[in-house]
Amino acid sequence: MINVMKGDRGGQILLTLILSAAVVLPCLNIYLPADSPWHVSTYQLTLLGKYLCFALLALSVDLVWGYMGFLTLGHGAFFALGGYAIGMYLMRQVGDRGVYGNPDLPDFMVFLNWEQLPWYWLGFDWFAIAFVAMLFVPGLLAFIFGWFAFRSRVNGVYLSIISQAMTYALMLAFFRNEFGFGGNNGLTDFKELLGFSLSKDSTRVGLFVASALALVVGYLMCRWITASRAGRVVVAIRDAENRARFLGYKVENYQLLVLVVSAMLAGLAGGLYVPQAGIINPGEFSPLNSIEIVIWVAIGGRSTLYGAVFGALLVNFVKSWFTAAFPEFWIFVLGALFVLTTLWLPYGVTGLGKSLSIRKKPTGKEGLPA
Amino acid sequence: MRSTDKSSILKLHPNILLGSKAHLTIVLTIFAQLFFLPFNALAQENTDNAVILEIAPKLSDKKTRNSALEQLIASDAPMSREWLIALLDGVLYLRKSDSLPVFAEKKGKSFKIVNASNGNHEGEAGRREVSKIKINNAIRGKLRAAIASISLKDDDVEVRLQAVKTMTRSLNDSDLAAISEYLPEESDKRVQKAMQLALNLADLSDADDQIIIDAVNAIGINTDDTVTQKLRELSTQTEAPEVANAASESLTVIEKRISLYEKIETLFFGLSLGSVLAMAAIGLAITFGVMGVINMAHGEMIMLGAYTTWAIQTVLPAFIEYSLFIAVPAAFLVAFMVGMIIEILVIRHLYGRPLETLLATFGISLILQQTVRTLISPQNVPVSNPAWMSGLWEIDPALSLAINRVVIFFFCLFIFFTLMWLLKYTNFGLKVRAVSQNRQMARALGAKSGSIDALTFGLGAGIAGVAGVALTQLSNVGPNMGQAYIVDSFMVVVFGGVGNLWGTLLAGLSLGVFNKLLEPWAGAVVAKIVVLVFIIMFIQKYPKGLFPQKGRAAGD
Repeated sequence: MINVMKGDRGGQILLTLILSAAVVLPCLNIYLPADSPWHVSTYQLTLLGKYLCFALLALSVDLVWGYMGFLTLGHGAFFALGGYAIGMYLMRQVGDRGVYGNPDLPDFMVFLNWEQLPWYWLGFDWFAIAFVAMLFVPGLLAFIFGWFAFRSRVNGVYLSIISQAMTYALMLAFFRNEFGFGGNNGLTDFKELLGFSLSKDSTRVGLFVASALALVVGYLMCRWITASRAGRVVVAIRDAENRARFLGYKVENYQLLVLVVSAMLAGLAGGLYVPQAGIINPGEFSPLNSIEIVIWVAIGGRSTLYGAVFGALLVNFVKSWFTAAFPEFWIFVLGALFVLTTLWLPYGVTGLGKSLSIRKKPTGKEGLPA
Repeated sequence: MRSTDKSSILKLHPNILLGSKAHLTIVLTIFAQLFFLPFNALAQENTDNAVILEIAPKLSDKKTRNSALEQLIASDAPMSREWLIALLDGVLYLRKSDSLPVFAEKKGKSFKIVNASNGNHEGEAGRREVSKIKINNAIRGKLRAAIASISLKDDDVEVRLQAVKTMTRSLNDSDLAAISEYLPEESDKRVQKAMQLALNLADLSDADDQIIIDAVNAIGINTDDTVTQKLRELSTQTEAPEVANAASESLTVIEKRISLYEKIETLFFGLSLGSVLAMAAIGLAITFGVMGVINMAHGEMIMLGAYTTWAIQTVLPAFIEYSLFIAVPAAFLVAFMVGMIIEILVIRHLYGRPLETLLATFGISLILQQTVRTLISPQNVPVSNPAWMSGLWEIDPALSLAINRVVIFFFCLFIFFTLMWLLKYTNFGLKVRAVSQNRQMARALGAKSGSIDALTFGLGAGIAGVAGVALTQLSNVGPNMGQAYIVDSFMVVVFGGVGNLWGTLLAGLSLGVFNKLLEPWAGAVVAKIVVLVFIIMFIQKYPKGLFPQKGRAAGD
């Protein structure tokens, strides 16, 4: 599997950095005293862990947008579904330690006077089932979505808008109390994961390392897919869908495969994110969240994979800094990023050199395909 | 006029009339009355109105209260109706310093007071300077009856009609006597009808079966609540079978009518929602449908239009009634300019790259929202409805339509047909269609595609701005309001068929009706989800929408 990293210079650097961060930062957290200038607090580690989940999410978006040409405006839905799956497991682990102390029902159901657990909550006491749901519920949604969309050859902007409508519809649904996922407030007040208390530092460090490893494995997998024969067909479909079809490739099947894999990656990212964030609510389904992911990828540089990871980390660091320093201006910055990257940075920050060299040539028009 | 008013009160205020100035005042009064004679029917009335000065202090005293009330009811002063209503509403006060009865309106911690005998403004009074004339429930009942029978004599038709309706709700003998008394004199048809209904309703309680049956027949189909309630009582509680039959037959017919009206109402709500959707989408039908540009900042153009309305109402508070007429062109201009600027600065450089356009315009929408949040307020701003836009249009007791919704529905059609005319019959419209169908050829024939693109985009944005003006009358105005419309507008345009304005209108209206038909079954949110899912499925089956472009316009 390491072979797939050949020729991917940016990816090699990135994975080395992430792996070393996964080793070094926990050591700095555990072995250095809290007053040392090199000490990394658990809070910072958890923050970074969340960013790594976002990076994994960006990776999944780059797979469908950068390589397949489907500008998804609904990937937040897959992320949120994965998050809800793990959130449900965490909710069941609370047991009778909730505010109402009901051993059979989560607090919000007691609050709504529900008598028993809805059928779709059954089985979420077991981590294995929640883990499978985390991967396969987003996968299934992507499969159904893609099955209809790709088969009827919906593409381009229409596909983007439909994907946005999908996440919008899910948001409306999850906001409802009757839907059985905590409505407005979502799922929160988690206690422990696999028997480890979520408030303990060691659990948080473990989650950070797990996020880093998931990102590395996710990266290798995306790299493996894009470097494979199938991956090349997908790129061909992006660049000339009809031509690929006439050459005899089953375009829909390739598209469906990539979309489902990407949705599962997004679900994994969501599942890792929720225990670190401590909450999941319907806001994660909002169209704005999904479109923000796209801008991470665009800023980092799409169809490179490492660009997506870099972009997610960069934008989120900037976001944290800005929202702390100038909370009013973050939205201005985000908006400006959208406009400026699309106008002047078609290859993102990591592709800065490439954009410059293309701009110099008179044939600069042959940029990325739309 | 002012001097007459004041002096005529003084005349009746012996306490103030002490002293040598009094004679002068009286002379002045007479003089002024002569002088203002042509206008001055009021002078006589004012004398009658002054009776309140005497009665009001007695009203606030428990011992004399009842007799004072009788006196007040019996008085035929022109303003007696206002007094009774003010008394009933608890806004009739006494100024403590001189026992002057006043209408008081609470304004912050103090009261704005108006002289109850002549309507002159008396400035403001502190909370402790005035005392309310308190009434109890027994008096309230009397007051209502008195107001009703005085209202029957009123010159204003609406007042009379309202009075009859109020009486009909709880008929008593004195009301009936008043109604039978005034029925022959009544000239207005609607009031006559309402009076007749009241008398018929009273007959329903008669002891004679034949009278009841005649009354049931005379009432016929009437969807008034009081009628259905009474008929229901009759059909279940009467011993005489003929009466019960007549009542229940009549009731069945009426209930059928009511359910028909309910259906019409649902349809109306659907069309109203549909007109909002269509209006929000028409601008997008231009930018997306005709030009092929994905403008995610479309919702923010609607928001700009709405904020323009707010700004105009804030700057010109005296012209609330006309504010919308100023706001429509102003909002068009604002959104048009912003749209042009966006086109020239950003969109122009991204033609042929729809996905990039989508991202860039999304960034613009974020910036516009945040600008409004920073410069104005992150909270919603208040926009008031002019009087001519508020209220209900009552077609039948069981069917009344909100006037603002009716106006907006026709306004939507107006925008639509204006736009159709613009595109079909003007030189500019011709060029827009030419550029959108075949850019190269249009350019070769001398159309300046660059400026036409900018103008077309501005037009789409401007129409969104005008839609924003209309939306201020239905929903909240805030920085996020545009977001709510963006997904919906795209759905409408795509559902109707891109590049087809008729399709957009029909799609908007039918989605609105569809949504409202589902709502009773599924609830508002689920209905919305179902509609969204339906459109998603529909587009996947028919990617070109309801009315796909044909021939050359299809583009591919």
